Amino acid sequence: MATTHHPVSKDEHQKRPAGFDVERVRKDFPVLDQQVHGRPLVYLDNAATSQKPLAVIEAEEHFYRHDCSNIHRGVHELSERATRSYEDARVTAQRFLNARHSKEIVFVRGTTEAINLVASSFGRKNVSAGDEILITAMEHHSNIVPWQMLCEEKGATLRVAPINDRGELLFDEFVKLLGRKTRLLSVVHVSNVLGTINPVREMIEAAHRRNIPVLLDGAQAAPHLAVDVQELDCDFYTFSGHKLYGPTGVGVLYGKADLLEAMPPYQGGGDMISSVTFEKTTYNSLPYKFEAGTPNIAAGIALGAAIDYLKRIGLENVAAYENELLAYATEAVSRIPGLKMIGTAERKAGVISFVMEGIHPHDVGTILDQEGIAVRTGHHCAQPLMERFEIPATTRASFAFYNTNGEIDALVAGIHKVKELLG
Amino acid sequence: MPDLRGLYQEVILDHSKKPRNYRVLEGADHRAEGYNPLCGDRVAIYLKVENGKINDLSFQGSGCAISTSSASLLTETLKGKTLDEADALFEKFHALVTGGGDGKLADDDSLGKLAVFSGVAEFPIRVKCATLAWHTLRSALSGEKETVTTE
Repeated sequence: MATTHHPVSKDEHQKRPAGFDVERVRKDFPVLDQQVHGRPLVYLDNAATSQKPLAVIEAEEHFYRHDCSNIHRGVHELSERATRSYEDARVTAQRFLNARHSKEIVFVRGTTEAINLVASSFGRKNVSAGDEILITAMEHHSNIVPWQMLCEEKGATLRVAPINDRGELLFDEFVKLLGRKTRLLSVVHVSNVLGTINPVREMIEAAHRRNIPVLLDGAQAAPHLAVDVQELDCDFYTFSGHKLYGPTGVGVLYGKADLLEAMPPYQGGGDMISSVTFEKTTYNSLPYKFEAGTPNIAAGIALGAAIDYLKRIGLENVAAYENELLAYATEAVSRIPGLKMIGTAERKAGVISFVMEGIHPHDVGTILDQEGIAVRTGHHCAQPLMERFEIPATTRASFAFYNTNGEIDALVAGIHKVKELLG
Repeated sequence: MPDLRGLYQEVILDHSKKPRNYRVLEGADHRAEGYNPLCGDRVAIYLKVENGKINDLSFQGSGCAISTSSASLLTETLKGKTLDEADALFEKFHALVTGGGDGKLADDDSLGKLAVFSGVAEFPIRVKCATLAWHTLRSALSGEKETVTTE
């Protein structure tokens, strides 16, 4: 048990700004103000999906009430407004990731589709029999299965960099796996189960020394840390709108322009072409080449609103506050006898996973739910990681900046209730 | 409001902590594995059947309190029962945990100890936990080879 574990340094604690007022922030999220089974809702399932601020809900509503029309086509006023808002959201996402160009921002359904796009387009073009794709032992299924499918099709091999018992990458072992046959490193920035923040900058440097491009799965990172794709120098970065306080059904694939230019389209259809005859089709320029069909326009616009909202709160404030929450929760939860935390990396963000002696996570989830506490139980779409730790499942509490120490106290009380009922 | 004590009754907790007939059955002539991908519960059921009667049965697996105790009580209940009786019990059990039978099933004597699962009906998400072993049993008896899932 990690009783002395501190997920963040003291310096980071002191960054918390005086201006951040969690009670005021909570008022921006209407869903939080409700009772579940007669208790105030304690929403600790933010790694599955986060709640939406009014600014996001209103942006979606505004589109459907006032601007609803298709984009990139009509000459009429509504279509122009819709196109402008959608493209503004792209620029907002570009600035959020500090990408060089807005054409490097491809709107997709979410992280899963983003990774599938790269596997399907970049992968099919650049991976041949005998080649290798490298991932880590802490990947989500969405960063495993697309590569398995590609490897199966091409006769390539999926390599997996190992981790230690704290849930940290074994860096030296990882470097050894970067070989002449490695065509891509695809790695999670922050683990959805362990909360581990991977040393992605060092990983990217090591891969680039061998001319291996790198994709970062940022689904759990983008909502919690400031991401600068130019500083990281990653080749692809992905995140989902719905984990970033935005709507479901939209996400972002960032890719370096030269890489995206060289990649074949992912899906064919409208919007991704510049001209079509029955003999030959000329593909549209970036990013539209990868955006076949009418996208989720309202969600794209609302994602822009989510990023604007997050910027107003300030990602530094978010990171500092969430680090404090995590430290408080880690301390409180690890003091519970018979409870073992899974994932005790030195650098963590936003997640506490645990198992309890003789009590299955599914039972924990049901009892906590009766206390109004929403957590996730199960394998978290990371079955190979569960096998690595020789457990069938965990209970996971994942935090957002609208959570409070009081809610963590409620979680701890709930876990004691679990022990009282089942222990 | 659903009642947690009604879900986690003493008999259920007892069987989840000390599952009965928890072993591989040597010489079993029927066997199947069940899997609930939602929560990772796994159960394997072993049976010896002769002349349409279950002479012996056992199980192994890992899962939550509801799925483990359900498998344990299944093995205890069905030993010595005919296949027809087992089928009829599955139907009643299924109705019990899904809230069928107008709430009268909890008092149905033929269910015996299985009646302790009546509380599951208030927790629809947990129905799959309670029925995993039973679906697996049905698969073992029908001779289907593939792993049964609750999805």
